[in-house]
Amino acid sequence: MLSNTRVDKVGVEERVARFQTRSIKNEAKKQGLHMVLNMIDLTTLEGKDTPGKVQQMCYKAQHLHDVHPGLPTVAAVCVYPSMVAVARKALGNSSVKIASVSTAFPSGQSTREIKLSDTKFAVDQGADEIDMVISRGKFLEGEYNFVFDEIAAIKEACGKARLKVILETGELCTLDHVRMASEIAIHAGADFIKTSTGKIQPAATMQVTYTMLMAIKDYYDQTGIMIGMKPAGGISTAKLALHNLVMVKEILGNQWLTNEWFRFGASSLANDVLMQLMKTESGLYQSPDYFSID
Amino acid sequence: MEILKTYKIYIGGAFPRTESGRYYPIVDASGSTIANVCLSSRKDVRNAVVAARKAFGGWSEKTAFNRGQILYRMAEMLEGRKLQFLEELTKQGSSKEAAAQEVQESIDCLVYYAGWADKYQQIASSINPVSSSHFNFSALEPMGVIGMIAAQETSLIGLVKLLAPAICGGNTVVLAASEALPLCAVTFAEVVHSSDVPGGVVNILTGKVSELAPAMAAHMDVNALVSESLGELDKTLALACVDNLKRNIVYQQGTTQGLPYITALQEVKTTWHPIEQIGGASSSY
Repeated sequence: MLSNTRVDKVGVEERVARFQTRSIKNEAKKQGLHMVLNMIDLTTLEGKDTPGKVQQMCYKAQHLHDVHPGLPTVAAVCVYPSMVAVARKALGNSSVKIASVSTAFPSGQSTREIKLSDTKFAVDQGADEIDMVISRGKFLEGEYNFVFDEIAAIKEACGKARLKVILETGELCTLDHVRMASEIAIHAGADFIKTSTGKIQPAATMQVTYTMLMAIKDYYDQTGIMIGMKPAGGISTAKLALHNLVMVKEILGNQWLTNEWFRFGASSLANDVLMQLMKTESGLYQSPDYFSID
Repeated sequence: MEILKTYKIYIGGAFPRTESGRYYPIVDASGSTIANVCLSSRKDVRNAVVAARKAFGGWSEKTAFNRGQILYRMAEMLEGRKLQFLEELTKQGSSKEAAAQEVQESIDCLVYYAGWADKYQQIASSINPVSSSHFNFSALEPMGVIGMIAAQETSLIGLVKLLAPAICGGNTVVLAASEALPLCAVTFAEVVHSSDVPGGVVNILTGKVSELAPAMAAHMDVNALVSESLGELDKTLALACVDNLKRNIVYQQGTTQGLPYITALQEVKTTWHPIEQIGGASSSY
């Protein structure tokens, strides 16, 4: 079932470098920036998270920069399971979705039972999407069946919630591993594959995202089934986000250019995009002083 | 074989070329080219402001004493490079005597502000008498990122006299060098670079004042714009400063030195601290 595809690292780097030389200006830039905003999973995943912090973030998710009318909302908020109920209440009927990390995020070092109950708890609390982590230790040991079965079991526990599978590529060491983990996740039932937890560096490099997009493309070419992609961690500038969109468009095509199929996991990206948008409107370089922190 | 120096700009502790890829020649009195320097663009200003903002937190939190040490170190480095500055000044048209005086004055100026670093706060802050049970005091805080246009008629002393009081007070700076006499500004960046000044605290660009100054004036993340009078451009700059209520400080030509140059780039924070009685003397503060 797995393709055993090898990744040409030098080739990947050269192709990725070409995506970064594209110049996107004026109207196209504005459209691109709106699209980026609408694809963001606004994220807070910290030990110090409080209901107050989550409520504040949920407000920001729906009101990115109210002084400028016509902006979209973000795609979703991403929180710990214990904060899902708070987010549900804060978002009400909004179209902003709730994603919850689960399966002993971020390390994934726990038992199957705990991971399953973690997932069910988040779904019961009202999560629309589950972001699980794979067992990287098992993967690196070569226990691919274990990794596959675990993803399949979590997928079942998700019910109607969409499942994003975090590969934590910063711990997988090589692009060959990234490719293989992508295929395992896709075949085990992932609706989305996601690069990183955001807790490990390096996170969503263009090289890693490229490799995962190619896995999605190959699977789509074979089966006609679309899989979503979510780079997360380290994408904090509008420019880098636009480069990612260019890459998605060229590899997967326009179909994927919606928040149904592509997301950015980020906490500080939104403000940089807003500053760039205001810059294109006013011609003035902006200051973070005039944008809300959360 | 003589190796000619490449004059680059100084942003965030590195010496890049201008992102625009544009250059302009500097000629001596006889009309022959002595150097090509970067014709920086507004995107270089943007990059420099980002670097300056990033450096502001760390620089303003350093102890005043440490900032003084670093300014003194700059004076030492400038002293060590004296010959290079003398050569550049004479190439750009100064007499030997004038050049020697300009370099010496620049060194003295740095030592002067090095001394002020841990003293200006004591002199310029105050405890204010108020008729309520508050301990009321005013203290200075650095403004933030300062855009600066160096004096146009000198290559070295003019920029040192503007720059030193700003960084002495914990600000970070984006400075446009004299348009016609930029050589010493770039070499001065090398002095800054080798003096334990963290990258981004001082950023130096060369190019047209008519391009760089408006970009600084309109930038929302610049807190003050400082220059000597630039004639007709003054009004345009003042209007552009309005958007984020930037301080717009215009000195007469021939900047001198002193405490007011430090305090001009400080904001005053006044605190009303509730208190019942202070000390045994029942004195009213």
